[in-house]
Amino acid sequence: MIRVQLPTHLRRLAQVSGEVTMSIDDTAPVTQRVMLDTLEARYPMLKGTIRDQVTGKRRGFVRFFACQNDVSDEPLDTPLPEPVLKGEAPFMIVGAMAGG
Amino acid sequence: MSLIKVLVGTRKGAFIITSDASRKSWEIADPLFPGWEVYHLVASPVMPGRLYASQSTQWFGQLIQRSDNGGISWQAMNNKFVYEGDIGTHRWHWGDCSPHVWQFERIWHLQPSPIDPEVIYAGAADAALFCSVDGGQQWTELDAIRKHESASHWEPGAGGLCLHTIVLPPDNPNQIFVGISAAGFFKSDDGGTTWRLSNKGLRSFELPDPYAEVGHCVHHVAMHPSRPQVLYLQKHWDVMRSDDAGDSWNEITGNLPNGFGFPIQVHAHEPDTVYIVPISGESEHFPPGGKLLVYRSRTGGGEWEPLGRGLPQRDCYVNIFREAMAVDSLEPCGVYFGTTGGQVYASGDEGDNWSVIARDLPAVLSVEVQVLP
Repeated sequence: MIRVQLPTHLRRLAQVSGEVTMSIDDTAPVTQRVMLDTLEARYPMLKGTIRDQVTGKRRGFVRFFACQNDVSDEPLDTPLPEPVLKGEAPFMIVGAMAGG
Repeated sequence: MSLIKVLVGTRKGAFIITSDASRKSWEIADPLFPGWEVYHLVASPVMPGRLYASQSTQWFGQLIQRSDNGGISWQAMNNKFVYEGDIGTHRWHWGDCSPHVWQFERIWHLQPSPIDPEVIYAGAADAALFCSVDGGQQWTELDAIRKHESASHWEPGAGGLCLHTIVLPPDNPNQIFVGISAAGFFKSDDGGTTWRLSNKGLRSFELPDPYAEVGHCVHHVAMHPSRPQVLYLQKHWDVMRSDDAGDSWNEITGNLPNGFGFPIQVHAHEPDTVYIVPISGESEHFPPGGKLLVYRSRTGGGEWEPLGRGLPQRDCYVNIFREAMAVDSLEPCGVYFGTTGGQVYASGDEGDNWSVIARDLPAVLSVEVQVLP
């Protein structure tokens, strides 16, 4: 079970409160790309808000944190950290602290 | 008794302000989409319960939301706006000033069809025109405008390179008129398949050739549905009129103290009655002398009268954006506008008297009004 924390605007948009939990088939490596694909399939209204719909590139003012590390610039196909895969730590999608 | 709904888009959310037909007592509902910049909140003219909102932030990009119950609940629609084919470049003022590749930023303006409730057009920055024929579930670029032979010479205005005005003449579903800053006014007579520049008579002293075909900063264009060949245009320093659907323009700045402004609107029942709000100029985006005045022409331009009763007549330094003025269809016609200071003003008597119906909203980006039975 993977836990995902969304920023306030995206929680409202997806009409969820608290963390989103998702079961992801882990017979193949669970990467950022797989996790985001799963998130957007479950909450289609989030498409385009976290990453560009054409290029797949993370939006500039969106950051990804995991296990107290900034993993925003990790390659999309790198497996998620072990504590995130085990549900021990959330994968955090964060609005960058810029202009707020 | 009719219900009046003023639809207000702001820098930090949208607001619906309501009154009965007396237009005396107004209620402001809780913010919609709080925290998002709502460039436009607009209703379908043929399905009044259907509202569309264009909301965006630098963080999370562009959303289009639709309500089919007058704003009670909302559904996120498709927000995939893709430039078709060869992307091309336009002029750019920053960095090394090299040509800038077209890049989607946001939807400035939504224009629901006056005929078909499922058809809606969207004007974007960087300048492009999109169309949906299924109520916003899919968007397709009408790319001929962006691929116009003049496009590489278009340059951003202060708000970016934006297609901000879309006019749909009700008597000819094949005609589309658009305004682009800073490029000019364009016409299509075939539903957006081909376009031609329609800037004959526009003059911009900022251009090396003031009468150039392209490069004019059109701020807004208004049309009365009963007389679609007559267009009123507020541009950078002038107010203009066309009597041939944009094929040629004549200046109607007349006795205005200043021709610079952003919004322009036509009275709901009198095609020769026009409203504008002059500001000091391209740098001083506030009313001259700190006096907020709407100007009204009852002669189709040229002769203007200031209307300030009920508006601040000192120490007022707000701007009124191009999308932030609207008229209602009641008798007498109501006129509404919003300011960057967060005020929304309304007149229930064609502009003779004004009152503030919202005082402390975020900066107002757009104002639309609905009259519901």
